[in-house]
Amino acid sequence: MTENKRRSTEPTLSGWGRLSVPGREVRSEDLAALSLNAFLFRGLGRAYGDSALPAPGQTDVATTTLGDRLLDFDPVSGVIRAEAGLSLLDLNRLFMPRGWFTPVSPGTQFVTLGGMVAADIHGKNHHRHGCFGRHVRRLRLRVPDGRVLWCSPAEEPELFWAVIGGMGLLGHILEVEFSMLPIPTPWIWCESERIRDLDEFVVALKEAGPHWPYTVGWIDCISTGSKMGRGILQRGRFAETWEAPPSDPEEKRRVSIPFELPSWALGPLSVRAFNMAYYWKHVRKKQAGLLHPDSFFYPLDAVNDWNLVYGRRGFTQYQCVLPDSAGPGAARRFLTLLTSKGGASFLCVIKDCGAQGSGLLSFPRTGISIALDIAVRDNTRQLVDDLNELVIAEGGRIYLAKDAFTRADHFRRMEPRLSEFLSIREKWDPERRIRSAQSVRIFGD
Amino acid sequence: MKVVFLGATRGMGRALSRRMAERGDELFLLGRKESDLSTSAKDLEIRSGGDASVGFHLCDLEDPSTFEAALDKAEETLSGLDAVVVTGGLFGKQEDLEQDLPLTRRILNVNFTNTILFCEHSKQRLLRRGGGTLCVFSSVAGDRGRKPVALYGASKAGLSHYLESLDHKHRADGLVTICVKPGFVKTGMTEGVDPPPFAGEPDPVAMRVLSAIDRGAPMVYAPAVWGHVMRIIRFLPRFVMRRVGF
Ligand SMILES: Cc1cc2nc3c(=O)[nH]c(=O)nc-3n(C[C@H](O)[C@H](O)[C@H](O)COP(=O)(O)OP(=O)(O)OC[C@H]3O[C@@H](n4cnc5c(N)ncnc54)[C@H](O)[C@@H]3O)c2cc1C
Ligand SMILES: NC(=O)c1ccc[n+]([C@@H]2O[C@H](COP(=O)([O-])OP(=O)(O)OC[C@H]3O[C@@H](n4cnc5c(N)ncnc54)[C@H](OP(=O)(O)O)[C@@H]3O)[C@@H](O)[C@H]2O)c1
Repeated sequence: MTENKRRSTEPTLSGWGRLSVPGREVRSEDLAALSLNAFLFRGLGRAYGDSALPAPGQTDVATTTLGDRLLDFDPVSGVIRAEAGLSLLDLNRLFMPRGWFTPVSPGTQFVTLGGMVAADIHGKNHHRHGCFGRHVRRLRLRVPDGRVLWCSPAEEPELFWAVIGGMGLLGHILEVEFSMLPIPTPWIWCESERIRDLDEFVVALKEAGPHWPYTVGWIDCISTGSKMGRGILQRGRFAETWEAPPSDPEEKRRVSIPFELPSWALGPLSVRAFNMAYYWKHVRKKQAGLLHPDSFFYPLDAVNDWNLVYGRRGFTQYQCVLPDSAGPGAARRFLTLLTSKGGASFLCVIKDCGAQGSGLLSFPRTGISIALDIAVRDNTRQLVDDLNELVIAEGGRIYLAKDAFTRADHFRRMEPRLSEFLSIREKWDPERRIRSAQSVRIFGD
Repeated sequence: MKVVFLGATRGMGRALSRRMAERGDELFLLGRKESDLSTSAKDLEIRSGGDASVGFHLCDLEDPSTFEAALDKAEETLSGLDAVVVTGGLFGKQEDLEQDLPLTRRILNVNFTNTILFCEHSKQRLLRRGGGTLCVFSSVAGDRGRKPVALYGASKAGLSHYLESLDHKHRADGLVTICVKPGFVKTGMTEGVDPPPFAGEPDPVAMRVLSAIDRGAPMVYAPAVWGHVMRIIRFLPRFVMRRVGF
């Protein structure tokens, strides 16, 4: 992947981390027609790395966002069917006031249903509700040989579970049918607590799990020694009718970052200051109260295009899961390595994952997930290599939707399910009609 | 409000019809593809959240003989009529149109002759009911003679002219005519055209048009910034317009 070239005339395309390649988007309302000769589908481009970027030598990716109609909804069961380009923003706006919420939500509303299925996204309720794929009932898919077919856990199950978390490589998703979650009100009752260090954090997350549907932690990953991994733990649930205000939450206004900040803006000093401020902002040890659902689920969405703060060179997110089998010290070993390599991060998210789902390449497994943003510097590739070596040694793995730097052999060593995935891909797409920059980088084609 | 909507299947029409359905307006859709109309009608029904059904009927802006029957069916199904919205229209790049006169003819016919005929039918029906709102999408391209939109712009200039006259003529009779002038908006129509600065999205346009309908504003630029852009372009002297490429 090359860095952004400012004055090149050739159109470029990037993921959320803003590392760009030659490429452009083609759009149409008619997803069936759009999918006919498409190399790759793309949603709202919120994958951080190169998952939704064209393979070298190709330029066009087919963007689904104009295909966003609701096709069916059963107000009794909450089963909904929609075109794959429907955004979570639209879904939430329409259905939260009616008592329904997406069964699983990522940390941003600017994603499409297709992207949620392809990455088999997980959220703050992973310990309870698993990934999005668990709630998908059927998919309408343009498979690489040109046919359009339905797949589900009962029809073409092998294909179905390879599409769930398959990063768009097994077929273009045209329609998604899934079950929504009934909620008493759209408001969130949230308790948050300052946690002193990492070991306490891991214990607190595990303890909160059985009692709270939504849990997540934000940790300071700059402090070392006894303060390492201190942070804020959030536990939440939807408020009951008697707790919530009588009116629905208002649509939040968003501010914008007007231009790309210089690359030094996120230097080590500002990152350290931010991490300190975030920790001490939380004055009392424990706080509790009602929250706007956007503040709880989507705090980063309050600023449009916040990825511009990372400047011209962009950034990457590193997310891994360290399995319980690695023992309680795994998270500490990870952070120790990170800080020793100078891998400062603005915010670092920690979350306990529940059991692995059925999506063949789906990311989460029982253990602790750690996600951090890293501004791209000359040593970023080396840093990712070092972190990956540790993750492999601990028996963990990384999340493809965030990744831009992992080497093919590292991924192979962390992913025992890979050969099965590749043989299903070989069966459905022997000519490799569907490819992405990521599939070429990690799977070789 | 009971609204007949021509062009709700895609683009700004899709966005505007959704905002209308979500706030409880009753809609009837007209368009040229039955399967697309029925999918859009279902989308609007789900969005409206009620159990109101959204009807539809075939109506092709390339074929004025379809207008009467379509409007009959709409009025009958809605059992009333408060507003007619037209977002349907065709666009072609100047280079392509110059090479393809049959296509030029189609665009001029759809955007000018046939849209005006459709408005005439709608106008009569609204006036018969004591007035209402006729909201039609023209374009900033009709504001000034410009090199890149000589043909498409001419069709929209004629349409804007007609809409303004209609508003003057029938305001007193209770008929409000609204001319919407979108700037560059990212829809299927502009797919493949490099977006200029200030390119907009359909939903903010829809919100702005909806407020113009509620206020009875005779003309609206959308997104709003295009009002300022066009204020400058309208006053540029001819010798400047001859030199510049936009
Ligand atoms: C601020 C932020 C927070 C996030 N938080 C989380 C989180 O908490 N949990 C989590 O799991 N993820 C999270 N993500 C990642 C994000 O949810 C995923 O990357 C998701 O896939 C993005 O959806 P998209 O529509 O933008 O897809 P894109 O980024 O456009 O595409 C992602 C992948 O999906 C494929 N794809 C998209 N649409 C289709 C389709 N119709 N058919 C076939 N393949 C398709 C693409 O080919 C690509 O491989 C976060 C991202 C951001 C920016
Ligand atoms: N996008 C812009 O930048 C821009 C700028 C200025 C003005 N405008 C004007 O704004 C209006 C809407 O534009 P848009 O960008 O939303 O366009 P769009 O996405 O192409 O949608 C056009 C709509 O018109 C319908 N339509 C087209 N031809 C028709 C016909 N012969 N009979 C019936 N319906 C027909 C289409 O229906 P089908 O599904 O059947 O095709 C579709 O629903 C147009 O009048 C356009 O000229 C657009």
